Amino acid sequence: MGGERINKRGLRQRAKEYAASPLSLFLLLLVIAGAVVTLSVLIFLIVYILIKGIPYITPDLFALEYNSENVSLFPAMVNTVTMTMLALVIAAPLGIFSAIYLTEYAKRGSRVVELIRLTTETLSGIPSIVYGLFGMLFFVTALRWGYSMLAGALTLSIMILPLIMRTTEEALKAVPDSYREGSFGLGAGKLRTVFRIVLPSAVPGILAGIILATGRIVGETAALMYTAGTVADIPDSVMDSGRTLAVHMYALSNEGLHVGQAYATAVVLLVIVIAINWVSSFLAGRIAKGR
Amino acid sequence: MKKLGEQVMRIVFFAAACASILAVVLICVFLFANGLPAIAEIGVFDFLLGQKWKPSNDIYGILPMILGSIYVTAGAVIVGVPIGILTAIFMAKFCPKGLYRFLKPATELLAGIPSVVYGFFGLVVIVPIIGRFNDGNGSSILAASLLLGIMILPTIIGVSESAIRAVPESYYEGGRALGASHERSVFFATLPAASSGILAAVVLGIGRAIGETMAVIMVAGNHARMPAGILKGIRTLTANIVMEMGYAADLHREALIATGVVLFVFILMINLLFSVLKRRVN
Repeated sequence: MGGERINKRGLRQRAKEYAASPLSLFLLLLVIAGAVVTLSVLIFLIVYILIKGIPYITPDLFALEYNSENVSLFPAMVNTVTMTMLALVIAAPLGIFSAIYLTEYAKRGSRVVELIRLTTETLSGIPSIVYGLFGMLFFVTALRWGYSMLAGALTLSIMILPLIMRTTEEALKAVPDSYREGSFGLGAGKLRTVFRIVLPSAVPGILAGIILATGRIVGETAALMYTAGTVADIPDSVMDSGRTLAVHMYALSNEGLHVGQAYATAVVLLVIVIAINWVSSFLAGRIAKGR
Repeated sequence: MKKLGEQVMRIVFFAAACASILAVVLICVFLFANGLPAIAEIGVFDFLLGQKWKPSNDIYGILPMILGSIYVTAGAVIVGVPIGILTAIFMAKFCPKGLYRFLKPATELLAGIPSVVYGFFGLVVIVPIIGRFNDGNGSSILAASLLLGIMILPTIIGVSESAIRAVPESYYEGGRALGASHERSVFFATLPAASSGILAAVVLGIGRAIGETMAVIMVAGNHARMPAGILKGIRTLTANIVMEMGYAADLHREALIATGVVLFVFILMINLLFSVLKRRVN
């Protein structure tokens, strides 16, 4: 404790130091200014949209059926949930299984593993419009599915695959080797060790990744416009077109007739995204504490 | 029997891991197979260097869009990189712990906000402000640059921060021991050592900016013409695809897919650069 007090400089002492070295003061101010700009942009954006949008949130906006009078976002919300479920059902098992292969089975430095890493890195850098183009060419045109929820969900599942793989891999790697050794020592096989010991202790990390992926699905527009289409109703089946909240919002602001409702949709999207981020960092925080 | 189950699951895991390889192969095959014939038909030079995009007259030159993407991305780098790096330095070396617990989730939230919401924000805030100084026409390279600069902040902050944290503390301590102030030690001892990591952050940010679609469409004006100044509108490669894909047919449609191919090649080159830089850091 004593050492700390000696090292602590008073305000006057600091002011003297900065007076002697204006460059240090300048750098300090620069760094603080950068952080202030970043933070104030975020706060301004959220507050502006909330203030402008909340008055437009009316019961009409959540009517069960969409028509051009009520501009209901309820169907879009249902579609968003469906789309998220579909994409996750496809991508989560694939991503988790790949991560299991990479951490538990693969030999380090093998050719295939390097190829898998390279392609995952490539996938995570591809912009969403390119995914949209591919989805349109492959699912919509080549497989003749037409604009459909399923085509959109499959496109999105490829898009979120690298995210789920990376977060799951990190979660699996964080499980101490002693767990595995203990399980092997008690006579369990590799498979049983993976499913009974390693996976359960990695659950919070995997969940955090899946929730982050949910955030990307909810916010995605470019990859969905030409795969899931832009019909504003709840589709009868997964082979029909339907638009999610983000696509709904783009359509509203593009038409320019319902700016108020666009604000309201932005509020709903923001609230969802903030909730998702909060839950994800809560889970990540639990992992950090558990260690 | 038990052995068999183990073997089967091993193969299942392996097959799942190969899904990403399959996805990349499929994406490449379908994009190139649908886009390259159009480029061949239009002519490589006419397509890449043609200054006119007039689908109704069968003239498909995408130079305006290539330049549009480059200008807008350069603008985003000028806006976003200094602010991002400074914020990263603040978070890694200056931030009190209590503030960090608030600032870190804030930057993550910045990454999570959907691009339509950013685009809408640009449309109702940035565009009118610029319009006030520019005869009411605010959809411009400047608006798109400002908005993209904000959007690449979280990428740049995240990667730069971990690059700065990865520099051994002894660099900083050495600076302090020689009598340099906290700020000088950070800027002139720690920061140069983190430079290739920060460069990787910038490259990743460039990739994000060039691939961004919806936000740019909402603020850039989208006229398919050569860039004429930062207060004039522009159309990017990504915008070209989304604007016209809805009604395009035949060669027009293929030309749009070819636009996607050009974008894809840009992205692949940027990715390659990023992984080379990252390898150098490690």
